[in-house]
Amino acid sequence: MKLGVFICHCGSNIGGTVDCAAVAKAARAFPDVVFATDTMYTCSEPGQDEIIATIKEYHLDGVVVASCTPRMHEPTFRRTLERAGLNKYMFEMANIREHVSWIGKDKEANTNKASELVHIAVEKLRRNVPLFSKSFESTKRVLVIGGGVAGIQAALDCADAGLDVLLVERESYIGGKMAKLDKTFPTVDCSSCILGPKMVDVAQHPKITLMAASEVTNVAGYVGNFTVTIKKKATYVDWTKCTGCGACTEKCPAKKTPDKFNEFVGPTTAINIPFPQAIPKKATINPEFCRQLIKGKCGVCAKVCPTGAINYDMQDENVIETVGAIVAATGYDLVDWTVYGEYGAGHYPDVITALQYERILSASGPTGGHIQRPSDGKEPKSVVFIQCVGSRDKSINRPYCSGFCCMYTAKQAVLTKDHIPDSQSYVFYMDIRAPGKLYDEFTRRAMEEYGTQYIRGRVSVIQPDGKGQYIVRGADTLLGKPVEVKADMVVLAVGIEGAKGAAKLAETLHISYDGFGFFMESHCKLRPVETNTAGVFLAGVAQGPKDIPSSVAQGSAAGAKAIGLLSKPMLESDPQISVVDIKRCVGCGKCVKVCPFQAIVEQDIRGEKKAQVIEAVCQGCGLCTATCPQGAIQLSHFTDNQILAEVDTLCRC
Amino acid sequence: MKLAYYPGCSGQGTSAEYERSSRAVCAALGILLEEIPDWSCCGSTPAHACDHVLSAALSARNLSLAAAKGADRVGTPCPSCLANLKTARHRMEDPTFRGKVNALLDAPCPDTLPDTVSILQVLVEDFGVDAIAEKVKKPLAGLKIACYYGCLMSRPADVMNFDDPENPMALDRIMEALGAEVVPFSMKTECCGAAMGIPRRDISARLSARLLETARNFGADAVVVACPLCHMNLDLRQDQASKASKSAFNMPILYFTQFMGIALGLASEDLGLGKLCVSPTGLLQKMQNAKAAADAKAATDAKATTDAKKAEAKAKAAKAEEGQA
Repeated sequence: MKLGVFICHCGSNIGGTVDCAAVAKAARAFPDVVFATDTMYTCSEPGQDEIIATIKEYHLDGVVVASCTPRMHEPTFRRTLERAGLNKYMFEMANIREHVSWIGKDKEANTNKASELVHIAVEKLRRNVPLFSKSFESTKRVLVIGGGVAGIQAALDCADAGLDVLLVERESYIGGKMAKLDKTFPTVDCSSCILGPKMVDVAQHPKITLMAASEVTNVAGYVGNFTVTIKKKATYVDWTKCTGCGACTEKCPAKKTPDKFNEFVGPTTAINIPFPQAIPKKATINPEFCRQLIKGKCGVCAKVCPTGAINYDMQDENVIETVGAIVAATGYDLVDWTVYGEYGAGHYPDVITALQYERILSASGPTGGHIQRPSDGKEPKSVVFIQCVGSRDKSINRPYCSGFCCMYTAKQAVLTKDHIPDSQSYVFYMDIRAPGKLYDEFTRRAMEEYGTQYIRGRVSVIQPDGKGQYIVRGADTLLGKPVEVKADMVVLAVGIEGAKGAAKLAETLHISYDGFGFFMESHCKLRPVETNTAGVFLAGVAQGPKDIPSSVAQGSAAGAKAIGLLSKPMLESDPQISVVDIKRCVGCGKCVKVCPFQAIVEQDIRGEKKAQVIEAVCQGCGLCTATCPQGAIQLSHFTDNQILAEVDTLCRC
Repeated sequence: MKLAYYPGCSGQGTSAEYERSSRAVCAALGILLEEIPDWSCCGSTPAHACDHVLSAALSARNLSLAAAKGADRVGTPCPSCLANLKTARHRMEDPTFRGKVNALLDAPCPDTLPDTVSILQVLVEDFGVDAIAEKVKKPLAGLKIACYYGCLMSRPADVMNFDDPENPMALDRIMEALGAEVVPFSMKTECCGAAMGIPRRDISARLSARLLETARNFGADAVVVACPLCHMNLDLRQDQASKASKSAFNMPILYFTQFMGIALGLASEDLGLGKLCVSPTGLLQKMQNAKAAADAKAATDAKATTDAKKAEAKAKAAKAEEGQA
């Protein structure tokens, strides 16, 4: 076997604290190494060309590159080997940047450690064998989870590209949070006017199947062929018959049902259609408040429904679907702001969230678009906006910026002045973050043309004065003085976190999520829509706070990734999977039990029980290898012999 | 229930009625208070404003005395004493600080010092609000009360470890248990001016006036407090607050133990109601009126029922007679 070793300086990243030439020199003494050198940037074009030329000149069987993390450039160098005619698994990487140069300053010790890591890689490579992928067909169908604007965009782009799309939405309508907004910044155009047509496109697109009031409960399978279980929640209305006429909502006697769509600003009926432009425009019964379902007495909606669509006996139903790719676009929910006792902990009626204020501003909202205080319906003349309520606050473990609150607060201040010209708005802010196109100009307009008073500082307390007004006390950190504002209404720019249930969905999808419920992208800069699970992509706020333009852009990006994946006629399987040595297998079945992917089944060979790996399902996690008492299951590319050789080398160093 | 008891200096003078009523209420509820023998001043505001070590030494002396009597907890009515005793114990978790304190004492204090709790906390958390409600003999029906906690009772949160630092509820819950209506008073933890009443009377007058005005706006008949200094600013100095805000306040300010004593039916001399500057007579009258009105209504209702029954019986008898005839 002839091996070549390349030690990368990575500019000064590695070269600064590791003597790369010395490492190359040491490598020449390792068994089977016929060539070793150090290069400035191994991943650059000349660097890769040098590897190819060396492979050809020295007739190499394998290559070790000592550079950065394999998560960064292993695919790069594997392609280099393929270009030189070698099998791409005849390659090993030693991470001497993240594991050595970036974490230690002692050059001598670093150089020693780097040499040892290279030695380990060489010993592993000596035991590598060429591996070959198999190709398989994929299902040309995309599942989009979440029907907010990001999910809608991903669904439309995939469908326009000719893929079948299954759009699953938890609520009974699509549109997500954007459907609740009155206007959008920085153009102050009507949210439902720009979102509505897209929602209609979803409903009418022949390639899109919309499943509202449904939730993904299980995902099995692998990239190209996922088997997804979807729970269709009982709506108690047969949507194939419902025409959305609204006769039921007019007659329903349970008129004190909490209105989730309107952010609980006003009540609604137990059977309702959330808003006039709802897609699908179908009625849904809230079983917690429906008199027929609670007490078994009422049945008014069934009597008035002209199409006989009401079905009080409806049950949840599970549907199983097969898809090739998944886009997770589950959006966000507001942080629980009632933890702030100083803001009334949710007990002051006229201290509301910005999302509630959107519903009050909206012409289709509970007040018909007239700004009225929830407590007495009066028009507020003095409105205080408080930013960063639940954002950038370490004390409640929400240290991040929610991204779009500065902008919508400016928008709401502008709209307040539009609705009530003799009103005065005040905005308490920490910093104004307006980095988007036309954004800063917009906040300036709110200040200069609409006379909004911006006060830089935090609000320490909101106190009802007992006469119907609220005293808002805070600091003006520019003046260095405490300030007090009398307000008729206070609007809180409440921060955001991953949607409720996001963590559970992430576990179902086998993707990572952070402590705030946001899904983790594969690389924060270079792979922002991919996840570490092949075939699962991210769009919108589910991945992290972002505004509408960014959510739409990411929806398109995730769609493009799914289209790209499924446009290949066949997908290649990863050969780094488990293989059973039939002769050694005693059929104990332990591997079948531990496999988290149900990739191992029992088979009968000449009357004996043996394990069998389903190649397409195996993810190469190695649990079975560690469990097998006989050492009969080996993970290709990470066999016991390969790993022991690495450990052995390290112990001898 | 047994508790080492630290009355505090103000309890011997300006807030004697708080001290007296605290003892009376605890006795009535079966909470045994054992006064720490030879206790001394906690240092109050001046000590900790000048020297943390000196202040802690004053508290440590008292806590050591309590520990010597085998107490694991010390109770005190006064939030200022509470803050000093608790803060001293908290600061002495630092060995260097502890060393400095021990150097000032006759003998080093024991390794574990007893924790301090307010009488309010003992009543709410240990005795329990429901148990208090069961003991009520004369409910405070008809009274609207604003609960004022002051700055110290629950703050700093990580030292005091009691109630919500921004929106405390302990007094609210006790007053509701006594049958009063608690108004949604929004200035529960705002400052009354505290000791500023001595060097800068204008400040404490202004701050106290704001509290009184807000309580009045919410329709409160009285303000309940749990702190001698708050009481002094709101009660003794109420005239000053009135002058400062050009409004004539006449707001009775009672300690929560006094309200409890009234509701538990304790003798008024045990509660020190006569020591209050703003007379609670009108308040007590309102309570009696409400009770009289309720009694009268009950009597009328009862009479109406008896009358109705009588009439019914009469009618029946008449019918029977008719039948016989």
